[in-house]
Amino acid sequence: MKYLHEAVIIAAVTFAAEIIKFFIPLPVPASIYGLILLFVLLKSGVVKLEEIEHVGGLLLELMPLLLVPASVSFLTVLDTIQEVLLPVLIMGFVGTSAVMMITGRAAQALVRRGGKEKKT
Amino acid sequence: MKDMFAACSFFGLLLAAGSYQLARIINRRVGREICNPLLFATLCCCGVLLLTGTEYEVFYENGGRVLEFFLTPSTICLSIPLYKQFILLKKNAGAVLAGCAAGVLAHMAGCVLMLVLFRMDGAGYISLLPKSITTAIGKGLSEELGGFPAITMAAIMFTGLFGAVAAPGLLKLAGVKDPLCQGLAIGTSSHAAGTSRAVEMGEIQGAASSLAIVVTGLLTVIAAPLFAGLAG
Repeated sequence: MKYLHEAVIIAAVTFAAEIIKFFIPLPVPASIYGLILLFVLLKSGVVKLEEIEHVGGLLLELMPLLLVPASVSFLTVLDTIQEVLLPVLIMGFVGTSAVMMITGRAAQALVRRGGKEKKT
Repeated sequence: MKDMFAACSFFGLLLAAGSYQLARIINRRVGREICNPLLFATLCCCGVLLLTGTEYEVFYENGGRVLEFFLTPSTICLSIPLYKQFILLKKNAGAVLAGCAAGVLAHMAGCVLMLVLFRMDGAGYISLLPKSITTAIGKGLSEELGGFPAITMAAIMFTGLFGAVAAPGLLKLAGVKDPLCQGLAIGTSSHAAGTSRAVEMGEIQGAASSLAIVVTGLLTVIAAPLFAGLAG
């Protein structure tokens, strides 16, 4: 029953996150509230890592598969997107690449500098 | 054929999970990753739906919904790598903040460039502003600022898919070798979909990417209204 115990805890956190979302009228998904909530629970020791590790690990591993329906829903907006297709495509390919590289380089510059400071 | 699919409650689930697993089997046979499972499964599903004339709703009602149902708890579980790597992240809080801020600003600048280059109309431009963040925040933000949520959703999905597929190659190209920075770069540019790839790359990448989703989401919520004002 180890897995059921883990599943119930994760379901409870998800439920609590949905309740928080119901009461806070911000454009923030329940998953972000839940992410913060579960982190606080882990950090404070209310929930032990061992209590959610297996089912949590499974959910993490399956995440790309869970995103397939959202990706496929692209089919439903094919008509609306046509007039802005070019900017969307450019931002999708070039923009995403640029943001990823710039973020990585900027963070790396700081991490390296931090590393050097510690040595001296 | 679509009537038959509509009657099969496992149609969408099996199509998505089956094609996803097929990609993994192909990769295992070949010995390296030649087809990204998320991309492969998306293409297979779109292909089958288009070829058989089946509506997306049929796919969604017969299995797609089940998969999406588990997306919220799965995203919540990103706090597990975050918790495990907290000390490392805390030590590099400056790099986390600066990296995410640089990414958000670069993204906004790109949107402004699109606005000027293509003389986009205001709503179209605003729809692009939240495209690097998690779907639920992005959709809400787009609505709030006066964009087209459907376009934002499509741009977000496209971004995530591309980020998840291209992340290792792009990071190698940019010479980003530090696992923490790799994670930040992926989470900032391509939200949860990219993060699903970061988790596969390693625990530190997964943790940093998860944190970047949250930080980037917050920064975008603050910055997007300012940049939305540029749409004349």
